[in-house]
Amino acid sequence: MTALTHYETPIRPSPFAPRLDALNRHADWTPWSGWRSARSFGDVEMEVSAIRNGATLYDLSPMVKYRIAGPGAVAMLDRLTVRNVAGLPVGRVHYTAWCDDRGHLLDDGTLFRLRADEFRLCCQERHLPWLLDSAQGFDVEIAEVTVEIAALALQGPCSASVLGAAGFDVSGLKPFGIAAAGDIMVSRTGFTGDLGYEVWTPAGQALALWDRLMAAGAPWGLRPIGSAALDVARIEAGFIVAGADFVPAEQALREDRAMSPLELGLGWMIDWDKGHFNGRRALLAERETGGRRALVGLEIEGNIGAEGAIVYLDKRREVGTVTSACWSPTTKKSLALAHLDWKHRESDRLWVEIYALRELRYVRLMERARVVPRPFLDLPRRRATPPGAF
Amino acid sequence: MPSSDIVVIGGGANGLACAIRLARGGARVTLLEAEPEVGGGATTVEFAPGYRVSGLAHLVHGLDARLVAATDLAGQGFRATDPLPTTLPGADPLTVPAAGGGPGDWSTLMDRLGRHATRLAPLRSLPPPRLGAGNDWRALTGVGFGLARAGRADLRDLMRLILINVADVAEDELSDERLRALLAFDATLGAWAGPRSPGTLLLYLNRLALGGARAPMGGMGRLAAALRAAAEGAGVTIRTAARVTAIAVAGDRARGVTLATGETLRADHVVSALCARTTLEGLVGPAHLDTGTVRRIAAMPFHGGAAKLHIALTGAPGFGADLRHRFVLAPSVDAVERAFNPVKYGEVPDRPVAEVLVPTAHDPSLAPEGHHVLSVIAQFAPHAPKDPDAAKAAFTRAVLSVLEQAAPGLSGQIAHVETLMPADIAARYGLRGGSWHHGDLAAERMLFLRPFPEAARYRAPLPGLWLASAATHPGGGVTGTAGWNAAEALLKEAA
Repeated sequence: MTALTHYETPIRPSPFAPRLDALNRHADWTPWSGWRSARSFGDVEMEVSAIRNGATLYDLSPMVKYRIAGPGAVAMLDRLTVRNVAGLPVGRVHYTAWCDDRGHLLDDGTLFRLRADEFRLCCQERHLPWLLDSAQGFDVEIAEVTVEIAALALQGPCSASVLGAAGFDVSGLKPFGIAAAGDIMVSRTGFTGDLGYEVWTPAGQALALWDRLMAAGAPWGLRPIGSAALDVARIEAGFIVAGADFVPAEQALREDRAMSPLELGLGWMIDWDKGHFNGRRALLAERETGGRRALVGLEIEGNIGAEGAIVYLDKRREVGTVTSACWSPTTKKSLALAHLDWKHRESDRLWVEIYALRELRYVRLMERARVVPRPFLDLPRRRATPPGAF
Repeated sequence: MPSSDIVVIGGGANGLACAIRLARGGARVTLLEAEPEVGGGATTVEFAPGYRVSGLAHLVHGLDARLVAATDLAGQGFRATDPLPTTLPGADPLTVPAAGGGPGDWSTLMDRLGRHATRLAPLRSLPPPRLGAGNDWRALTGVGFGLARAGRADLRDLMRLILINVADVAEDELSDERLRALLAFDATLGAWAGPRSPGTLLLYLNRLALGGARAPMGGMGRLAAALRAAAEGAGVTIRTAARVTAIAVAGDRARGVTLATGETLRADHVVSALCARTTLEGLVGPAHLDTGTVRRIAAMPFHGGAAKLHIALTGAPGFGADLRHRFVLAPSVDAVERAFNPVKYGEVPDRPVAEVLVPTAHDPSLAPEGHHVLSVIAQFAPHAPKDPDAAKAAFTRAVLSVLEQAAPGLSGQIAHVETLMPADIAARYGLRGGSWHHGDLAAERMLFLRPFPEAARYRAPLPGLWLASAATHPGGGVTGTAGWNAAEALLKEAA
């Protein structure tokens, strides 16, 4: 019988912990799905600046990872997720999402096609029971490999140069492409909206990878970052986060809190013609009737971040909630992701009410907000192949 | 490729009732039956040379009034007896009339429960009410009005009884242990429950709503044959020995079926009167269903607890009463409960309880002259014992011992015994787990919870596919009610 000792380590250290612990001199940690993850390495502003101007390393190891393999993997994943998996070439990645029977989002994530019949699904939440039940009737094996695979996000305009210096030739790697170098895999993916890569390694080789990248990246000022800086970058890029910008359907206690991909602005990825997938019938019906709430991007006047603000129509009627927000140093704007009542999702009469705590007193601001397309920040260098030699 | 408006899969009572109603509604209907004969659980079999008996169900009980009105079953050669009295054999035998009367407290209790059952009975022939919108409020209001008119005392009584266990009612309301045992036995007949399991009184109310139980002349196969003739008279095309291996799905809709021969039939609607789980998991396949639905299907309980025994006798059994009665061998409430205890662990009870008919007392042609057959439903038999052969032998021995006690000398008259354990019933009749109701009939699997909420109104979770078996409301028995209700629902949508 396996010794049950997991409770002795209620928060798990990452395979990179020996290096991260030494660098995180402020001990600014935050939990991420049961793992110890850095919130910052002491200076959030410098870390944000490095994402947009240099190169950064972020420990992705706590990301939940599943290996899905077998002759039925494509069919199973096409039934599970809303995007067309059969059309995803080997060696490519796509951003995708999956729903329950009611068409409500269970999670979003990235799907890697490693071989014709082998995939890796990366996501925020744990889904093994759902995946196993979704595999009934398909010739496929599913295993969680979160612990086995360590990963680093190497992001920023200089990231390709750092990888090149570390001996990984990524000059021909297009966005959402995968390249393998021995046990190490590099994908041109990320959560910053910038030029960037994710580097995957067996957990046992994590420290060697860290040392190799840090040594190679020194001339570009490669620095570790925490989740606070990443959060700013991902808001600028317009990416949503489970638990912040949507409530995963399996966790929603209140019946009206779960949302569909149509409501969350992910309708573009749904392949209606690929055959049946989970939630398709409910989503078809919703496509006719419209949703209840819509996730939109907002640009807000002023320079105060609007975290948790309430959105009003004509300053009077409450029509929504800000789910993520920040002052964006790159665009020099106050940006937000917000849920709005469906019928006001394109309104030009929106205001947000911001409560800014200033020395124990709330300063209440009512600022004009405009619905704008996402991403807020669209950098050509994110797509350029070969990548720019910064 | 031949085509039909509607293909009905499965020629049991529900499939036949559904096909008849659909054909009368103007549809072109093809009914497909895997076996050489229609009937499903309504069949007459020759279990030993010269001895015939109803192969599974052995009483006509609750045959749907709409089906009866629409078919001339008598004209098709089907006859049944009047409702049968029940005799409890033993040292001090007791006979209870089929309807009304009997000892004082029994008669009082039957009047009281009968009133409740009569008020609830109309629910059986309606689609189950839905929480929220989409109900047939006019029909439901009728049921509600009936309950309201019952008055506060009766309604309060019903609310108190509806989820109670039958043993408590038996012990509270009846003084004669034999009658308590009869109530406990009848409430749990065909259930996966002992008399002290909650919700068993509700099962008894459901039984009362079916009315009197009558014996079929020539066995239940005659009823199947009459229903077949009625269906063909209504214009239904019936194909036997036509096993469906898949339901064809295209464009997210059931479009027809594929047979074992490879032949395909196209249809606008497909109705399955088979087990709901077999239909959805096996014939449709999980790929066409949502994962949550697959979970619901996998969670359906199939706990068959009843075995069927067919016994050939060289002479008349000595039950000490008119052999045309229904005999119940259950000496006490505790005896019924004790018979249930072991099956929870896959084991065989020492003293099973049983319902025994002597079909040859009604129709001597079922056996050689002077000989008899017994048709026995005995409980509780494990549906998944560790050693199936040993369990079957032990269970058969136990039933024969109980029978010998009720009819001394019976052992010496036995020419042949056939035992169908739940697993045998599953294999022979396609009843998963040996569950006679195509899934446990219990309070938590009734009305809008049967077979599971998303499929409760006969519409399967796949457009164009309908469920019409006993897995749907109002459940099992050779009644045709679920099939008829399904046809009504389909016709309403197609209109």
